[in-house]
Parts: sequence; C-alpha cells; structure tokens
Amino acid sequence: MLKTLTFRGGIHPDDCKENTKNDKIIEITPSKIMVYPVLQHIGAPCKPIVKVGDEVFKGQKIADSDAFVSAPVHSSVSGTVTAIEKRRHPNGSLVESIVIENDNLYRLSPDIYKRDDLDKLTKEEKLKIIREAGIVGLGGAAFPTHIKLNPNKKIDYVIVNGAECEPYLTSDHRVMLETPYNVVEGLKLILEITGAKEGIIAIEENKPDAIEVMKNAVKNEKNISVKVLKTKYPQGSEKHIIYAVCKREVPSGGLPADAGVIVDNVDTCTAVYFALTMRQPVMSRVVTVSGGSIDTPRNFRVAVGTDFKHVIDNAGGFIGDVGKVIMGGPMMGIAQFDLSVPTVKATSSILAFDKSELHEKDVSPCIRCGECVKKCPMRLMPLYLNIYSSDMDLDMCEKYNITDCIECGVCSYLCQSNQNPLQKIKRAKAAVIARRKNK
Amino acid sequence: MENKLYVSYAPHIRSKETVSETMLDVLISLIPALAAGVYFFGVRSLFVVMVSVAACLVFESLWNMLLKRKNTIGDLSAAVTGVLLAFCLPPTIPLWIVVIGDFFAIIIAKEFFGGLGQNIVNPALAARAFLLACWPVDMTNYTAPFTNLFSSEVVSSATPLVSDIKPSYFELFIGKIPGCIGEVSALCLIIGGIYLLVKKRIDFVIPVCYILGVGVMGKIFGDGFMFSILSGGVILAGFFMATDYVTSPMTMTGQVIYALFSALVTAVIRKFGGYPEGVTYAILMGNIITPLIDKFAVPKKFGYVKKSKTA
Repeated sequence: MLKTLTFRGGIHPDDCKENTKNDKIIEITPSKIMVYPVLQHIGAPCKPIVKVGDEVFKGQKIADSDAFVSAPVHSSVSGTVTAIEKRRHPNGSLVESIVIENDNLYRLSPDIYKRDDLDKLTKEEKLKIIREAGIVGLGGAAFPTHIKLNPNKKIDYVIVNGAECEPYLTSDHRVMLETPYNVVEGLKLILEITGAKEGIIAIEENKPDAIEVMKNAVKNEKNISVKVLKTKYPQGSEKHIIYAVCKREVPSGGLPADAGVIVDNVDTCTAVYFALTMRQPVMSRVVTVSGGSIDTPRNFRVAVGTDFKHVIDNAGGFIGDVGKVIMGGPMMGIAQFDLSVPTVKATSSILAFDKSELHEKDVSPCIRCGECVKKCPMRLMPLYLNIYSSDMDLDMCEKYNITDCIECGVCSYLCQSNQNPLQKIKRAKAAVIARRKNK
Repeated sequence: MENKLYVSYAPHIRSKETVSETMLDVLISLIPALAAGVYFFGVRSLFVVMVSVAACLVFESLWNMLLKRKNTIGDLSAAVTGVLLAFCLPPTIPLWIVVIGDFFAIIIAKEFFGGLGQNIVNPALAARAFLLACWPVDMTNYTAPFTNLFSSEVVSSATPLVSDIKPSYFELFIGKIPGCIGEVSALCLIIGGIYLLVKKRIDFVIPVCYILGVGVMGKIFGDGFMFSILSGGVILAGFFMATDYVTSPMTMTGQVIYALFSALVTAVIRKFGGYPEGVTYAILMGNIITPLIDKFAVPKKFGYVKKSKTA
C-alpha cells in the first residue's frame, strides 16, 4: 500500500459504513408534493420566479437571484405550483419555499438536455452554464460552484474530495464506484475552466475498491492522479485535505484558492459534467439512508424537494424506537424534529438512530485532560473556548481564534466529561462574526 | 409526527470514555505499587491506604451534602487523591493524621477552589506539604522493609541519600528501602506508569522530562544520575502526580517547561534546601506556574494570518 497522507490531530470514530457501502444507488420516485426552499446554498436566498397556479416542467428554473453569491433552484418534477410560503427547512429555520404538486408526467423543460459544442464555449460561458444549473458543493457545505471555480488567484491543483470521512456516509463512495468516468470527465472540465495544471482525486484508504476503480479510470490521463488518504475524521475538511495532499496550509481566514487549490466533492464533479455536456441542472442527489433505526439502509438518488418521510419509507421505514433523525453525517449533521422537511442539495444523508443509540450522559466538570487541544485539527484550544464562549466573552474568544474553528466536533466527540464545547463555540462564533460586521 | 424526535447539537456520536474510567485506570495503575508497599511494610500500609480512601470519599460526600449538590464520588477522583496521599506517607503514620491530611486535600485544596477540575494544586501533594509542616516527626518516621526497626528516611534527613549505608541500585529499583508506602518500588511504579501510557491516559512528555530532568540535575549537583531518580518520590511524582490533568499544562511545549522546571526545583531543594526531599514542593510550584505556562504555550493554529474561516 502507498504511504497514506494526512494531517495532525483528528479522531477515529467507528465508520459504520458496512451497511450501505455495497448497495447500488437506487433512483426513487419523487413524492406527490414537492417542496423547494429558495435557499439551498450558502449566500443570498433566491426569489421565486413562478407564481401559484403556474405549470412547471422538470428542470425548469423556479427561483433565482441577482446576488453574486447565489445559485438558482430548479424543479425536479413537472406539475403545478400550489403554494409559495414559509416551510420548515432541514436546517431548522423557516424558509420561503415553492410547493409543487407532482403530476407524475415528468415533462421536460425545453431548456435542458441540449448539447453544446464544448470546445467553442469560453470560460465565462461555461461558468454561466454551471451557475444556471444551480450547482453547489454537494459535499454538504453547498457553496455555489461557479464562484468557487472563478477565483482571482492562480490555481495549481484541483482536488476531488472523495474522503467521505463522516461515519455512515457512503454516497460519494458509490458515485466513485458506479460512475467513475463522470467524475473524471467533470474534473477535466474543471481543470480546463480553472487552468490548473494538476487534478488529484483523494480517497480515504477505507475504500480500496473505489481507489482501484478511480485509478483505473485515470490510467490514460496525464495530469490526473489518485492519492490515498489516511482514514481519519475530519480528513474530508477542505483545509485538511489540501494539507494532506499538497502540504499547503490555507491561511487563516482565507479560501482554498489562497493556497492555489480548489476542492470539489465527487458528486459536484459529476454535476459539472452533466451541466456542461447536456445542460442538466441539479435536480437530484445521492443520499445515504442509514442508522440503527432504518429497516434496510440504502443509497438513493433522490429528487431535490422529496420529503424525508418519503425517502425513509423507501428504505423500509423505521424499526424500533426512533430517537433521532439527522440530516448529514453524525459528526456535523443537523437533528430533525419534523420529517416533512424536503431533501435539499446539501442532504448527503438521512440517518435515524434508535433511542438506545442516543448519547445521554451526565455532564461533569472539565478535568483539563487536554485531549481536545491535542486532537483539534485547527490546533485551537477548545477547552478555553468552551469557558469563554459559555460566558460570551467575545474578546477572549477572538484571542483564542474562535473564527478559525471549522465546527468539526472533534472536541465534543472526545470530551470525557461529556461537555459539548462545539455547541457553545458555534453560538459565540456567530456573535463574533456579527460583531465584526457591525464594526 | 406523533412520535417525538430528540434534537441536539452535533456531534451526534461521542466517544465512550468517561472521567470515572480514566480515574479507574489510574487506580488500577497504582495497584502494583500498593502491592510492593504491602509486601515491604506489612498490612498496616494497606490499612493506611484504605483509611485514606474512605476518608476522602466521606469528606467529598459531606461537602456535597453541605452544598446540596449531587454526590460526585462516583467519578473516583477523590479515591485517587486518597491513594496518592497515602502513598506519600510513611507506613507508621498515625491514622488521625491521615484523616486530617484527607480533609486538607479534599476540602481545602480541592473543594474550596470549586471541586474537580478547578483546583490549582494537586490535592494529595498539598495535603502532604501541610502534614509535613505540622507533624514533621511523624511524617519522617520511616520503617526499614520487613522490620519494625525505626530508621531515618530514605531520601530524607539522615539516610540513604546522605548516610553511609547506601542501598544497592537493585534494592533501590525494587524498593527494598525504607520510605513512604507507595514510593519505594521504582519497578512497580514504572509498571503502573507504562499501563497508563499504553492506555493513553497520560503522555510520555511529563514523566520522561521530569524524571530525566531530576537525574541530570542530580548528576550535575553530584548525587549521581540513577541515585537521584530512584530515591525518594521522583518516579511516583513523575508518573502519577506531575501528570495530574488538572494541574499540568495542556500543550507539549508547556508540559516540557513545566516538567523541567519542577525537576530543577526538586534538585535545588534536595541539594540546597532545608528539606532533604524536594519532590512535593517542586511539583506544587510547577502546579502554581501552570496557568502562566498555559497562557503562553499556545499551539500555533492551522494557517498563519488573521480572519474568519471558510465553510
């Protein structure tokens, strides 16, 4: 085996991927009522461009924005707009959403599935197509891709993030296994757009089959290679994958482009490929449905807008005493209390845990064991941040670099006193950022 | 959904480790040294340890009752304090002195400062320092192994370090020397220390820096490398007291500074101070400068310049 690449710190949680890593991605039918929040990305929310009563087609753009950092939303079914109202978003807040009643005909919008002569398109035109396709980072952060691919810095490397370091998640793994050429083609297009000289597909060593398949797929590519990462959380963090692969540190407060690198998720590469070759917008994504309370854990291709309940029912529904349902991985995911929320572009997984799997222990005082300091991937001191952020002492929080926190949750995972520094840090960090903006 | 779902912040999975498991590992790692103490000094030393543990648990319970708080003896930290305090007492110590020491350790050194995690100095060492100041004769009344003969102490006043009858290195190593209950057998203490290292409860930095530091300093001051390490409470303190999470620095740099500082103070007290043994006071001084070290020994964060993060 090759020498594996990694960074300092991090943890080794049980990866729990056995349940789904050998399950092929199955496409599921969308539900009757589809809900499209106008905010499915980082940045400015879109405005609906359809009205109640309008008929929409599959792939039609239904919300857009003039803002620079934004990505349009497309309908994944054909049908009628029945409401435009505030609905629960999986992130917990109420977000303006377009509700479409699915007519089950899936009539296609005339705007999609067109072939362009790719060689004739300029970089700007390509970025425009990516923007119009509503592509965002499908790893979970949902940063608009057309902005990421257009930095004002020189880019040396493009890294395809196939680390998938969160336990349970196998969606990227399956994408690499089943459609490796789409990923590679997408990467080649991204390399062209950014002018980077080298593309690297980085995969954690716990996916030997994916490593082999991808190595095979890039056999004939001169400037694309596959690199093996050590299995460790948070290996898939943008900054840490860059460090592991290129030994470059993204400057604090900077973007990966400041280190001359762009990182894209494998599924994002696939989306770029489909957008540029056939004008297909982001209408669906691969979702891992797993956890102790799911009857038959699966990997699904789910249309954006499908409600969680429908997705879970497709996996055989719940078994046992359901305690918690999470969107995303167990380390960074968001707990849900309402299963009528829709699948959004950032939904990498839906996990359900039994009551017995819940983590309920008494909190005891910090004994300063120092594990959080030793293992913090950003090399911060979470125990002090824990103290200062519970007092909301923002000056001290800034002194201990609270804004560098990537919210990976390693400190809370490790804490033997069962404290949850991350929870307090998130609150104080938001306050610090807000304070800076107001200055 | 009728069936209510639990919500909480991420992360939704946690490691299974708890404070009581850590403390239990410390207790387990102290068993070999306790066995050595009982072997060399008789059953009375076991009795001293048990009284000390019981008194610590009782004081902590009483304190919690007084403050109407949930009883915290389940985290076993009080038991660890009890064992460690008994380990640095001579086997002949009157039991009432032990109980007073436990009171000082738990109530004054620990709970007055806010309980677990808040104390500034190691409670067991603070109590030992207190007892040494109040009852110096009882505290230095050492027994030679396997006898009832009262001799002077190993490292202290008139014996091994200074006396003519120096024990062989082998005797020092296995612990066949007069001394405190838990500190005599370097061999057993190292076995316990290795257990903690293997279980990753402690880092090698503090024990290695402290013990080697005392050795090197001893050599410089003319007491000999091995002799400085093996006599007195150096190994006990290095593995079990200086490494106390609460009172030692967080980062590796900080720990190196702390351990070397404590080693220097140990050697200086041994050579030039009024007391023959400086371990207790040296670690206490190390404890006291720990907040200062922690303030400056901050790890260099990932990335260099200032400002906010990316998603």
